[in-house]
Amino acid sequence: MQIKDLFSKKKYATIPSERPKRDIPEGLMNKCSKCGTIQYSKELDKNLKVCSSCGHHYRLSAWERIGMTLDDGRLFEYDAEMESVDPMEFPGYKGKLEQQRQKNPSLREAVVTGEGTINGHPVVVAVMSFDFFSGSMGSVVGEKITRAIEAAHEKKLPLLIFSTSGGARMQESILSLMQMAKTSAALSMFQGAGGLFISVFTDPTMGGVSASFASLGDYNLAEPGALVGFAGRIVIEQTIRQKLPDNFQTAEFNMQHGQLDLVVHRKDMKVTIGKLLDMHTVREGLSHGG
Amino acid sequence: MAAEQMLPFEKPISDLREKIATLKTLAENNGMDFSEEIARLEEKCKAMEEELYNEMTPAQKMHIARLHQRPTSLDFIQAVFTDFMELHGDRLFADDLAIVGGLAKLNGLPVTVIGHQRGKDTKDNIARFFGSPHPEGFRKALRLMQQANKFNRPIITFIDTKGAYPGNTAEERGQSEAIARNLREMAGFGVPIVCIVIGEGGSGGALALGVGNRVLMLENAIYSAISPNGAASILWKDATKADIAAEAMKITAKDLLEFEVIEDIVEEPQGGAHRDLAFTAERLKEKLWKHLVELLPMTPEQLIEDRYHKFRKIGQFRMAEAASQETPQASQESDAPEMTESAKV
Repeated sequence: MQIKDLFSKKKYATIPSERPKRDIPEGLMNKCSKCGTIQYSKELDKNLKVCSSCGHHYRLSAWERIGMTLDDGRLFEYDAEMESVDPMEFPGYKGKLEQQRQKNPSLREAVVTGEGTINGHPVVVAVMSFDFFSGSMGSVVGEKITRAIEAAHEKKLPLLIFSTSGGARMQESILSLMQMAKTSAALSMFQGAGGLFISVFTDPTMGGVSASFASLGDYNLAEPGALVGFAGRIVIEQTIRQKLPDNFQTAEFNMQHGQLDLVVHRKDMKVTIGKLLDMHTVREGLSHGG
Repeated sequence: MAAEQMLPFEKPISDLREKIATLKTLAENNGMDFSEEIARLEEKCKAMEEELYNEMTPAQKMHIARLHQRPTSLDFIQAVFTDFMELHGDRLFADDLAIVGGLAKLNGLPVTVIGHQRGKDTKDNIARFFGSPHPEGFRKALRLMQQANKFNRPIITFIDTKGAYPGNTAEERGQSEAIARNLREMAGFGVPIVCIVIGEGGSGGALALGVGNRVLMLENAIYSAISPNGAASILWKDATKADIAAEAMKITAKDLLEFEVIEDIVEEPQGGAHRDLAFTAERLKEKLWKHLVELLPMTPEQLIEDRYHKFRKIGQFRMAEAASQETPQASQESDAPEMTESAKV
């Protein structure tokens, strides 16, 4: 044996790490996308899908939101059977729609609208769902929102919209852009006649939805950490050739820049909306200074 | 004549024109007679031009709409109106040069004109953010429109932008809110509003000046929810496929007239508006006046109602049959009758 062999590298066998991989069994547990904490789904549901460790608000589907917000989770749904067509004969759109419907058997489109009560106050609600086609706004989303606004107008009820959207549905091109004008024009009529509109931004609300009805609330609220803005981060970074801060376009960032009335934790959302509704309820029998 | 920028699809024509010019110089210098040959080539050139420009594809129109020398809002304002007086600022933050606006007269009638403004050269383009407004631009436009509404002046807007400026400062100052507010407020003005898409109508930044009783487009202008480049990079992760996206997206004036998004098309000279500004401005003025005259007798309430109805009816959808409500898969049947209906107010 030569002396140099003493210093030669030994080969090591790799031993699997004793720490279990942070993988999660489907359905039973959830891993927080912000902090990585794993929680039982049941615990998470009890906590309104807010991470108990870091407070990250998980995205909700429309029906989960309705369950948490309306009294007894009950909604008298409008236009449940309305669904998208392919007006532009856009390549691949029909198939993609079908795929979205199969993925979300409880949804026909990216918004659910209807009537219900919150702490006893009747309201017209529209709740968007990011899990359907990234919450993008095409003809159906625009039409259902507009009809909800018109219903609130006719019935003289407050309007509450939970928004979440990636923006316009480009497969409907110009028709989707025009939904921004349509919904905003309906709000002009409704709010012009004294109607109350409470808008809640949830994660994420971008592009054409952010730049139309969602920004037009008499009160604009948001959930903590929700991404709210017009242009996407990547596009902006490419334009200005700078890295943007981590908190860019978060609800907190928007409130700091004067774009929001309040950032409201999910557990306080129903109470806060209830309070707002109460503030706009005219009571009989009250007299000034009496 | 200044050298014209030719687009790739126009190359066969420019090649032929060059050939004719060479022949002409040759004839002059050598005293030879090529007049027959020249006449024949000129005839051929004309036929080629007709064939090319009468059957332009959406992508070719997109390239014309984006031409650097295409007339801008200020060019049309100068050519169509008299007594233009530019007004500045949003009274809140700044004067965004990506939007111009002010007072002018159209056939003697005082109006408020507003438009997106691209730059004429690099320096001008930087000052004007290439015609992409910040919130202060939209708010300047809103201020001028509110002024018009107060003094009962019709509003004319020129749309020509790739879109609202995608920058951090724009977001901080409420880009979304500024656009949204314009949409809502424009819907509520009791004066006639006529909008003309003169070049590229890109997304929310275009629509923020676009809620009119009548919306017109120049023949080669385009108007869409997202730029064909943007759509291509999202759909196929490849922005260079913009030409393919342009075909699929239905962005031309003719398409939008069919979808009843616009009311009228303004004719352009062969090859595009940049070939003859005076001709285009004259056609634009005729159409503008025609529509304005129809709107002028209406009351403020009628104008608001008319505008609401115009946008209210846009959109296509269907009602799935009640039976398939529990089982959405049932709607898979492709031979089911398509009950497309457009909304009724």
